[in-house]
Amino acid sequence: MNIAASHATQSCFHCGEPTNEGERWATQIDGQWQPMCCPGCKAVAETIVASGLKDYYRHRTDLPELSPAEFDSQDLSARDTLKMYDSATVQQQFVVPHGDEREATLIIDGISCAACAWLIEHRLKQLASVQQANLNLSNHRLTLRWNNQQQPLSELMEAIVRLGYKPAPFSATEQEAQRNRESRQAIRRLAVAGIGMMQVMMLSVPIYVGMELQHENFMRIAAMLLTFPVVLFSAKPFFDAAIRDLKTRHLTMDVPVSLAILLAFTASIWSTFNQGVEVYFDSVCMFTFFLLLGRFLEMRARHRMGKAGNNLMTLLPTVALRLQGEEEEVIASSEVRVGDVLRLRPGQSIPADGVILSGRSSVDEAALTGEYLPVSKQKGDAVIGGTFNVESPMTMRVTATGAEAQLSTIMRLMDRAQQEKPAIALIADRVASFFVAAVLVVSASVATFWWPQGPEYAFFVALSVLVVTCPCALSLATPTALTAATASLRESGLLISKGYVLEALTHIDRVVFDKTGTLTLGRLTLEQCEALADRSQDDCLQLIAGLERHSTHPIANAFRHLRGYSVEDVEQLAGEGIQGHYQGHCWRFGHSRYAAGESLQPPSQEPGQWLLLSCDYQPQAWVRLNDSTRKSAPALIEGLKRRDIAISLLTGDPSNSGQRLAAELGIEDVRSGQSPENKLEAVRQWQAQGQRVLMVGDGINDVPVLAGADLSLAVNEASDLAKTNADCMLTNGHLDVILQGLERAQMTRRIIRQNIAWALGYNLVALPVAAAGLVPPWAAAIGMSLSSLLVVTNALRLVRQPRG
Amino acid sequence: MDIIYVLVPLSLVLLSGAIAIFFWAVRSGQFDDMDSPASRILFDDDEQGHDAENNNQEQHRD
Repeated sequence: MNIAASHATQSCFHCGEPTNEGERWATQIDGQWQPMCCPGCKAVAETIVASGLKDYYRHRTDLPELSPAEFDSQDLSARDTLKMYDSATVQQQFVVPHGDEREATLIIDGISCAACAWLIEHRLKQLASVQQANLNLSNHRLTLRWNNQQQPLSELMEAIVRLGYKPAPFSATEQEAQRNRESRQAIRRLAVAGIGMMQVMMLSVPIYVGMELQHENFMRIAAMLLTFPVVLFSAKPFFDAAIRDLKTRHLTMDVPVSLAILLAFTASIWSTFNQGVEVYFDSVCMFTFFLLLGRFLEMRARHRMGKAGNNLMTLLPTVALRLQGEEEEVIASSEVRVGDVLRLRPGQSIPADGVILSGRSSVDEAALTGEYLPVSKQKGDAVIGGTFNVESPMTMRVTATGAEAQLSTIMRLMDRAQQEKPAIALIADRVASFFVAAVLVVSASVATFWWPQGPEYAFFVALSVLVVTCPCALSLATPTALTAATASLRESGLLISKGYVLEALTHIDRVVFDKTGTLTLGRLTLEQCEALADRSQDDCLQLIAGLERHSTHPIANAFRHLRGYSVEDVEQLAGEGIQGHYQGHCWRFGHSRYAAGESLQPPSQEPGQWLLLSCDYQPQAWVRLNDSTRKSAPALIEGLKRRDIAISLLTGDPSNSGQRLAAELGIEDVRSGQSPENKLEAVRQWQAQGQRVLMVGDGINDVPVLAGADLSLAVNEASDLAKTNADCMLTNGHLDVILQGLERAQMTRRIIRQNIAWALGYNLVALPVAAAGLVPPWAAAIGMSLSSLLVVTNALRLVRQPRG
Repeated sequence: MDIIYVLVPLSLVLLSGAIAIFFWAVRSGQFDDMDSPASRILFDDDEQGHDAENNNQEQHRD
């Protein structure tokens, strides 16, 4: 290991993780040997180079999101799983046939920058069967058209997996389709308003400059015709919203906006036909366009957040293998009925609650219980839907599906928690509704005041007041700042899915962490190795790595970074260990009972799992495996303490490892062995004391708490359900991004305040002037636009990345 | 100035044509992805050079 130590500071050329194995796994790229951290990265890098796509390394601006090591470990089972997608029943859900060709939509997990899209598209297009491959970077969806006669879908998906990405079938939900319609409609409205604005502007210039009366009339009529679609089509969302808000007796900015548009428009029409003094078609169009632009940008940001939720439609639990006598049949998991006999393959989720009929395997229940080590299951044991079969095939009889299943119980708990979630009142909304009422009152009184001067004059003064004070800057003040801050945080790796998150982040009093998978990596790593006989430590580890290369058990991942000796005749005994032959001896690795034939005491009481390596039943080495702490955890805890935020650790794990971790990180408040109900109860108590709680978690057992906390954050490897229920999500594994989030939130609040102060100040100055009748509506419109521009520019300061 | 009686209606006709084309473009999904085309065009340029380079390497190996 001496060589390795001297290169300890290298980082992997492919994934950027620090590596001390760079020399071993180097890959030749462009004639240079580049260090790799693990065989997974090496395999991916070699695939990329062999496909002639090494330009990816030149183009990419971000490192890969997913570490390929994870794929490598599932390699043995992954292909089997992908084969399921070839079945016609499953394809019905996401594939459209076009004659000989088929078209599928896949969601690709792990895309970090545009070069990823380039890489995937080009790799797929190299395959003869692929007609078309198009990856949409905004929603990470790949539209794939291929000839099914030449190649099944599973092979195409395998090609994507080999590049280090995770493909999953995507079938559009109703919500998704609606979002799509909304987005297209918004683009149309914006375009109509924009084109209309430019044209009306052009027609208005000669009117302002002055021309003969008959020509001017003609121009006015043309401008009116152009403004019609802008008001009736583009501005429709404002009218709809205003009517809805008035019905619910709630004053929002849509009310004066609609009023101003409608009044200015009807007044201008009246003016056109009655040879009035002025027409304001240009102001109407400009006003509509700018407001729509603000809304459009906001909507785009919102949809981008939604994308994260869509990645969750990972299909695996949606298929099941039903056994009919000896026949195996692939069915959708929604068709699973109580009493069905299902085959559970290794590497797949269990589709429903049930009892094991035959076979013996380990089941990973981490998502439900927070326990990171797989639990051994055999005939007669109960399994829970949504957990993961790790090692070997089993058959089960279904005892509960749908609403009765255990997973649904957690979902119900979550629903209830969500309903009781404390509402967060937003400053901007409160200010705005108060302000709107004031504007309406002032406009009305101004109109009354000027009435003696003639209704026409009074009307235009009132209009100017409406336009000049129109809370346009005010309405832009918050959303633009939020959009800018959200975008910059997304780049740092914090994805915010709900608008109130940034504001709520500024007054968090307590952060509650889950242990497994949140503060820790949620997977086993090699902690310690004690050689017992005369074999060296390194030798023993290489032997174990050689054995574990043949296994899919999570324990094998801990040895994945070692090359390993070539061990033959490897056999695995579920829940016990693994054995194989090397240099004529039988080597066993596993529980001491299995490896040495008797229960032996491990050398120390350190936490984790002690496993024994034996040669012909003679103990050779003890190895300790444990779940390791995330590298960024200490920095986060320290940062939170500096900010005087209380920290708690609630873990479902009943062992003392929670206490140890807390001691290591300096967390004082620890509670072990907490059920989801307990966790939720604890959060409720803190909330009752007036504290605002941010929950950080990953598993399904955290979901009720995520739903019930004031704010919730899911880590990147979190279960799908946790991600959908969290307000924000980490897209990389760096916990310290949370600190950046807190900082950004403070800054955002400052900028929102500046913006609101400016908008209010400007309006307070402009209002008396407009009320005095000194501001013609066109000047009011320009003033309003400039004011909005200032607000937007101020907000854009948030986009700048802190420290580069 | 009477020419405006022809030109202004003409511009309105052209405009409605432009909007119709735009609506068609939106309907056919051209505005669904606003992010990738911008970068894609840069990458594809390099690919040509890259292929040539690749071929050269292969010839050398032979």
